[in-house]
Amino acid sequence: MAANTRFFPKVAFSSPIMDSIIRYVLMILLALVLFAVILLISGQDPIQSYIDIFATTFGNAYGFSEVLVAMIPILITALAVALPSRVGLINVGGEGQLYIGAAFATWGALTFQHLPAWLLLSLMTLLGMLGGALWAFLPAYLKAIGLVNETITTLLLNSVAPKLVGFLIFGFWHSAMDTVKTDNFVDAAKLPTFFGTRVHLGLVFALILLVAFWAFMKYTRWGLEMRAIGGNAQAARRNGIPVKRYLIIAMCAGGAFAGLAGMAQTSGFYGVLLLNFSIGLGFMGFLICWLAGGDPFGILLMSFMVAVITTGGNMLQLTRDLPYAAINILLALTLFVVLAKPTFFERKKP
Amino acid sequence: MSLLSILGVFSSAIFSGTSLLYTTLGEVIHERSGIVNLGLEGVLLVSASSSFAVTVITGSPFLGVLVAMLAGALMNMVLGYLVIHRKANQLATGLALMFFGFGLSAIIGKPYVGMRIDGLPRYALPGLEGLPRLYASLFSFDILIILVMPISILVWWLLFRTRWGLGLRAVGENADTAFASGRNPLLYRYQALALGGLLAGLGAAHLAIAYTMNWTEYMTAGRGFIAVALVIFSRWHPLRAIAGAFQLLLQSSGAQISPFLLDTTPYFLTLLVLIAWGGNRKQSAPASLGRVYHGSE
Repeated sequence: MAANTRFFPKVAFSSPIMDSIIRYVLMILLALVLFAVILLISGQDPIQSYIDIFATTFGNAYGFSEVLVAMIPILITALAVALPSRVGLINVGGEGQLYIGAAFATWGALTFQHLPAWLLLSLMTLLGMLGGALWAFLPAYLKAIGLVNETITTLLLNSVAPKLVGFLIFGFWHSAMDTVKTDNFVDAAKLPTFFGTRVHLGLVFALILLVAFWAFMKYTRWGLEMRAIGGNAQAARRNGIPVKRYLIIAMCAGGAFAGLAGMAQTSGFYGVLLLNFSIGLGFMGFLICWLAGGDPFGILLMSFMVAVITTGGNMLQLTRDLPYAAINILLALTLFVVLAKPTFFERKKP
Repeated sequence: MSLLSILGVFSSAIFSGTSLLYTTLGEVIHERSGIVNLGLEGVLLVSASSSFAVTVITGSPFLGVLVAMLAGALMNMVLGYLVIHRKANQLATGLALMFFGFGLSAIIGKPYVGMRIDGLPRYALPGLEGLPRLYASLFSFDILIILVMPISILVWWLLFRTRWGLGLRAVGENADTAFASGRNPLLYRYQALALGGLLAGLGAAHLAIAYTMNWTEYMTAGRGFIAVALVIFSRWHPLRAIAGAFQLLLQSSGAQISPFLLDTTPYFLTLLVLIAWGGNRKQSAPASLGRVYHGSE
């Protein structure tokens, strides 16, 4: 791979903030208009639909808490992409790492049911991170020795992980009632929730990770060296930075993040391990990180926006008689518009 | 295992491998031109749902096939506009296209969930009419299965024996050089995407209106990603893709293994191929796969 490629271009959050905010608002408006056209074609009232989405997400405290719930896994998986990207690694494997993390955490939850909650949850957290890191190790190692590109391997392993989890559930862990899920976790194995909503401790994990990631990159020697590798691996190596070790550690750390997202999703959100519980949480993290240019603040904003859209989708399903998946269109249109980098309000280069 | 069950496995591998092979051929074509399409899953879903809908409405599965091809090409044009014209990142755009396909296919297919159709007519293989009906029914194939081998060879011929194929592969290896030798990389890539979309449409049509003959949300269940893996497994070669798509034949012969584990074999085989050929330049991916072509002014 060419040494000077920076995979995530710094698009938005760098230059004058007002300009980028205006641009993003216009882009989102454009996506809303496009989705309105599709809603019209399928015989729905777009304005009423948008009012519904807005009312369910910002209209009351519970709706807003649901947005936060939806934000937890994608915020963490976005960080799982952002960290390796700093050394120039493209981690498309968040989805697989998330599944394996969830499986490891579930093993802990089912095996050590009698431990006190604080110990069991810490154990599950560690297991989840270990699982994700292990799943990221093979791609990282193959990349570090220069054999296979990590994009391809992480992508392949994405498809393997859910099937392994399916094998574990179906073969060993399934409950007596149902072969597609495990027994419900004991209370000690569920992350505590706040204020009677479904917001769970995973949110705190996510925010701590976000701040730690930002501080690590900005204020530590390791962060600086990682940025050096991402900028020019060749030059970094000649300056005596152990590039291989950094590549492997960064990728495994990314995997550990994604594994944590899987643990949070099973332990905090579902309280049980379901077959195919994530359709695209890891991929969504990749997109969010890409849109935000790997910037921590951007990741927070983008994952919040995506969470608003997906939460609103629940309401469309209930009131508009649309399939839940329909909201993916609005999500994709937003992504398309941002990817197309429309030129309105672009600052002329002097 | 009795003869009948072995033949049954054989027949179902052919049915499920066909849609996979069409899709893989399509992906081979545009990866050869330098574009990786991670949104294949979405392309397949939209093609499958629209072909099923059209078949229900008109009662003609052939019209359904045609619509599936058009839908596939159109979806790929969305990707093409973003990655070729707007120079967007291919991986991110592909994933966005996948989510788009999830949503669009759900809306298109919703009124038709659970409906039954008469799928593509199946023809008994010549010479097998004398067999007992049970056996004959295993080996009566629809037109898409019959055509899949000729089309694979056609794709190979197109890529490796025509001027256009040479140009396409040149664009995939190095777009600047191809431009310098008088070829338009942008045009080649659009053409490759259109052709790839038509083939993916065929694959989706076979899945929806010849094999399963129904529509359920997310019915492709990862076939798009298997196809992406198979392209690597076959090392970007249409004829080796045949072996890849029908490797299910090998897997299902000893059916004692958990189906979940069985499903992972295409990926592990691809990983092994990657590791085995990883260092070899001649066997590797098209050199400018995934790169943005910025023009040569």
